[in-house]
Amino acid sequence: MTEALAAELRLALSPDRVRTNSTELGLYRRDASNIEGSASVVCFPLTVAEVQAAVLAAARHGVPFVARGAGTGLAGGATPLDGALVIATTKMQRVLSVDAVHRMAWVEPGLLNLDLTREVTALGLHFAPDPSSQQSCSIGGNVANNSGGPHCLADGVTASHVLGVEVVLSDGSVVQLGGEEPEVEGLDLRGAFVGSEGMFGIATKVLVRLTQNAPTVRTMLMDFASVEAGAQTVSAIIAAGMVPAALEMMDQLCVQAVEEYIHAGLPVHAAAVLLVEVAGLPHGLEADVARIVEIGPAHGAGTVRIAQDEAERALLWKGRKTAFGAIARIKPNYYLHDTVVPRRMLPEVLRQVYAIADRYQLLVMNVFHAGDGNLHPLLVFDKREPGVMERVHAAGEAIVRASVAAGGVLSGEHGIGLEKRDFMPLMFEPADLAAQAAMRRAFDPSGLANPFKVLPSPAACGDAQHVPPGAWV
Amino acid sequence: MGVIDLDAFAHEVGVDDPVAVAGLCTRGGGPAGVRTVAAPSGILWVQPDEMIVCCGAGTPVDELVDALAEHGQTVALPAGGTVGGALSVGHSDHRRLGYGPVRDVLLQARYVSATGDVVKAGGPTVKNVSGFDLCRLLVGARGTLGFLGEVILRTRPLPPSSQWMSAPATDPDTVFTRLHRPVSVLWNGTTVWALLEGHPFDVAEQADAAGLAACAGPPPLPQGSRRSVPPAAVVDQRGEFVTEVGVGIVHHAEPWSAPPRSARVLELTRAVKAEFDPTGRLNPGIDV
Repeated sequence: MTEALAAELRLALSPDRVRTNSTELGLYRRDASNIEGSASVVCFPLTVAEVQAAVLAAARHGVPFVARGAGTGLAGGATPLDGALVIATTKMQRVLSVDAVHRMAWVEPGLLNLDLTREVTALGLHFAPDPSSQQSCSIGGNVANNSGGPHCLADGVTASHVLGVEVVLSDGSVVQLGGEEPEVEGLDLRGAFVGSEGMFGIATKVLVRLTQNAPTVRTMLMDFASVEAGAQTVSAIIAAGMVPAALEMMDQLCVQAVEEYIHAGLPVHAAAVLLVEVAGLPHGLEADVARIVEIGPAHGAGTVRIAQDEAERALLWKGRKTAFGAIARIKPNYYLHDTVVPRRMLPEVLRQVYAIADRYQLLVMNVFHAGDGNLHPLLVFDKREPGVMERVHAAGEAIVRASVAAGGVLSGEHGIGLEKRDFMPLMFEPADLAAQAAMRRAFDPSGLANPFKVLPSPAACGDAQHVPPGAWV
Repeated sequence: MGVIDLDAFAHEVGVDDPVAVAGLCTRGGGPAGVRTVAAPSGILWVQPDEMIVCCGAGTPVDELVDALAEHGQTVALPAGGTVGGALSVGHSDHRRLGYGPVRDVLLQARYVSATGDVVKAGGPTVKNVSGFDLCRLLVGARGTLGFLGEVILRTRPLPPSSQWMSAPATDPDTVFTRLHRPVSVLWNGTTVWALLEGHPFDVAEQADAAGLAACAGPPPLPQGSRRSVPPAAVVDQRGEFVTEVGVGIVHHAEPWSAPPRSARVLELTRAVKAEFDPTGRLNPGIDV
């Protein structure tokens, strides 16, 4: 069957853009999570017609298909299961048109997030969602996961920046959802599609909203003697009526690792540091800076460092954005979590995160979007250590449970995929999950678009038959 | 934090006969000739430091806006009617350019389904990708997929100052492109109006840079039709109109019929409806 599918694809695309040898298939067994599956064929379409042809071929052979961008997803959303056809959009990366006046652009899904921003920088514009992986993640992947990033606090996540999307549905039809017209009567099918993790169809063109660059930006770094004091400062800034462009926090272990890596003069003796960025027009910005440098020390900030120029600002951000690389210097492996809690619960949940890591004898570092309450606990370990994986999984589950129990949610920006699929019942009742399954059926009655993700099997919640062993790695 | 008890509302909605939902009927109300129910009303809690508020869908928007103002916040819903009505119709008001669309306001909804069940969509935090985005499907669905009972909405801080400005302009883009994130830019063919918010000095400097002078307020919006066009097409309007520059909404004195949606979009729409309300009992006769 695989050979027949591959032969059909070679005819429809071209022989060099259809791969079936085991070494290459091995590269597509998983995304940036370690949840492995297996692909039967990988293909690289160049056009919407080729995506259509690939989807139709999969349907004819009864093979599920998985859309894949840059493969930077962390929840196993692009992991192919049951010998699925992987449709990689990496060769579709053109910017098709830019309207600089009305600030929108049609782009192809394989375009990298940062390349889009670079393309429009000279126009004084940028694409607001900026995941830490923005150098390597694709717009199509951002749409599939409704991705976030540090600057989503003020500007919102991907769903707020995608105006329209051209989609190939599982029956091979092409449909445009949303578009340049802002509020056409009818259901917001565009909104429903964003964040559907490849289970509603494959995006082949995306109409993105572009955002004006701020005329002035100010970046500050505060250090604290306790993580709680940092978290309280975050709440106090928001409660004072300000929405900074970003509010990012790192705890001591993380700061130490980063400092050793980039030598930015970070306060390595502090329990936590808070990166605050405000952006906007000059008078409002100065007023906000003045209030923030009062609020910080009033809640326990030791020193407040204000970046004096663009180079220092870039250095402070480099500290934040290279945190994951820096951590590799401590232990070879890490497991990155992603949950959201109400801001006021940050101190309490962080206390629990440290206690959980202690209980499972693991090292934990926290680097997170504090303004959004979006936690990213990193469990750092060496997987050669016997039995460590079981402890990593158990600790991860405990962190997810603690976050939901605190009134939070399962995922802020990484998505559910396979990783958190079986935790969905922590947040949703059967009737809630049935409604989400109904959405899926409306878009993909065949069930061939990236099956077995997001929604736990209704027969038995927690039934992991389709998740290969080691799925929690 | 608590939740609003939706059992009584669910019981009223029932399980089998046609039923309509209506609030204050400022947006046309539900279909005529059908048994009508009303969603619970009242604000359950306001959490200013989380920038969220929880209320019954039957709560008047103006009551919510007044309550939030006491906390120095507001919500990007159009004035008048009920919260549920504003969400179900899904029309943003003239501040969409700066405040974002209505569909970005709803974080979590608990609604009564066609089978009379209480269903939760979304979650209480601004950042949340736990499962499919059912909230965005409910906004603008005009009550045809479920009746909103309780909602958690995203709030935003009130600005330090706010001022309408205007200037004569035959091309609105010359003004539009000189402003940094204006809240609203309106144009009627000869005059441009802009709502600027923020630090009063910034507002004044922005107005100077764009050649705008303070004015009393926005022009009255023609009521013949509310059209959705590509933002680049707002300059091509003829007749009596006020356009939302940078957005693409045109308030026109003449009635209008929108260009037809594609057949596949209509099929998808019907497929969604069939999944959520197979017998068509919710707000029958309303065709989204």
